[in-house]
Amino acid sequence: MSTNTGMVEKYRNNFLKEVEANVEEGEWVKMCMQCGVCAGSCPLGSHWAHPPQEIFMMIRAGKRDEVLTSDSMWMCTSCYNCIVRCPRELPITHIMHGLANYAKRLGLTPKSQPTAWFSQVFWDNMMKKGRVNELKLGLSLYFKDGLVSGIKESIKHQKLGMNMMKAKRMSIAELFGGHGVKDISDLQKIIKKAEEIENARIESYGK
Amino acid sequence: MSDIVATNQTILVVGGGISGMTAAIEAAEVGKQVIVIEKRPFIGGRVSQLYKYFPKLCFPTCGLEINQRRINANKNITVVTMAEVTGLVGEAGNYTASVKISPRYVNSNCTACGACGDAVESEFDNEFNYNMDKRKGAYLPYNLAQPQRYVIDPQMIGTDDAQKAKDACKFNAVDLDMQEETIELKAGAVIYATGWRPYDANKIQPYGYDRIKNVITSVEFERMMDPFGPTGGKLVRPSDGAEAKKVAFIQCAGSRDRNYLKHCSRICCMASLKQSTYVSEKYGDDAEVSIYYIDIRAIDRFDDFYQKVQDDKNVTFIKSKVASIVENKANGNPTLHGVDTEGYNRYANEHDLVVLAVGMEPSVDKDTFPIEIKVNDEGFIEHDEANGGVFAAGCSSDALDVNRAVQHATAAALRAIQVVNRVAKAEG
Repeated sequence: MSTNTGMVEKYRNNFLKEVEANVEEGEWVKMCMQCGVCAGSCPLGSHWAHPPQEIFMMIRAGKRDEVLTSDSMWMCTSCYNCIVRCPRELPITHIMHGLANYAKRLGLTPKSQPTAWFSQVFWDNMMKKGRVNELKLGLSLYFKDGLVSGIKESIKHQKLGMNMMKAKRMSIAELFGGHGVKDISDLQKIIKKAEEIENARIESYGK
Repeated sequence: MSDIVATNQTILVVGGGISGMTAAIEAAEVGKQVIVIEKRPFIGGRVSQLYKYFPKLCFPTCGLEINQRRINANKNITVVTMAEVTGLVGEAGNYTASVKISPRYVNSNCTACGACGDAVESEFDNEFNYNMDKRKGAYLPYNLAQPQRYVIDPQMIGTDDAQKAKDACKFNAVDLDMQEETIELKAGAVIYATGWRPYDANKIQPYGYDRIKNVITSVEFERMMDPFGPTGGKLVRPSDGAEAKKVAFIQCAGSRDRNYLKHCSRICCMASLKQSTYVSEKYGDDAEVSIYYIDIRAIDRFDDFYQKVQDDKNVTFIKSKVASIVENKANGNPTLHGVDTEGYNRYANEHDLVVLAVGMEPSVDKDTFPIEIKVNDEGFIEHDEANGGVFAAGCSSDALDVNRAVQHATAAALRAIQVVNRVAKAEG
């Protein structure tokens, strides 16, 4: 290894390497040239503690805890404005989701982060039958903060619910069982296998 | 024009800008026969539209005039203006070019007295000033235009105005019956010095060039400084003519961006640093310049100039690619939105005028060369043996400043000379 590549390796600190190996699309992080168009184009930009460009810089600076415990990547709404505008075509939206996913796997997600909570509810809901039960998903969202606020919330959206039932977009029968895929055990096998592969890959990292 | 003598020892130079002129002069001054084909009615190209050069801040008219004189004094050079190469066949040492010559409607009797221009009333967009103002239908493209000969706009032909121009001429120089002609020329080698054009700022949608009046391009800003330019040398806002003291420059407007031009256009950093001095030149300490940049590429000796501008307390550098521009409807001020990289602060800055430092792209579209030629992804001509006796000079090969374009043109002249020398059996 020449001196030059030695220096490059030194700059590619451990956290950047970790992100490249374990985060979806993480290998793109080093391509950011810090122009700031992503941050300026983000419609929710002012609500982020760290805009994407800053997150990329923090990764390169090795700030592992600050990044993975951050609320920022959970703020992404997948509007794709940043991807469209990025002069280097970084898949910024996907990197944000990749980071969020990785932080969750490590148990570093901030407590009561609503997007993280909802993602888990969505996943659990979908994994039961292989299809999303929208009635149950909606109700669990309404009753997220307890029984009283749940009832208030449900009454507020009563008209919408009735209209959806009238238009056959929602069925009360979904409360009991609900529809699903033909054989849920096959789907569960597929997911289990994928999880095994992913876990093995991440566990082998650094060994 | 059928009196042009061309053989397969002639060097054909396509384009009469600073690169084409340089290549022609270098080849002609060692005794080669050169024909220069220029699309516009005058030679000098985009350099003639510049106010000052960087980094010395001297006037391009000076060096341009010397080169015009060298061309006029040299019997080996034939300049054909208002002409385009429409066809090119053959191989190194034996090319035949078809050249379409558009009618100027003014012959060599013209003394540039201006009587025809005074006589006509119709006006057209002035391309020399990037359509920022109008010019007459009978016109001299600009004061120092070479050849010093008026042009009659083809849109005026057949109108009473054209007859008025003819009647006003005391030297019988106006010839309204001139026709377009196509001639064939032999050549041993061809130099493509077709130059560049500013990237179309309308394509950079978030910057609103098409809808915000006080967002202009760097080439337009340059024209404003010309005392004979569209604003008579005043730095003013297009919307209301008010003095533009608080000026923002946006770097990489179209360059270094996978959505627009992938390459770095190289000149824009220095051009904006240079143009920041124009604001100080006009308004002294009232000038308030902001330069928004990703990184300033003032390489090697240009760094001195960059440092000088950094020391100017009226110039602020903001490390950020501007995300979008919104117009303040109340006063016409463009407001720049973005996040800076030194502190990640969100900003919304209002300015009197915004200048987009637009990138350089080749002026010939890559699929429209009359002969097969190797170009890169950006459309610049590659140096490739497959191109035979066709060589690029200046900005047809890459985004270059004048200094490097001239060096490159000299190299192209040498390559062309080698080809015609082989034809003449002067070298192996």
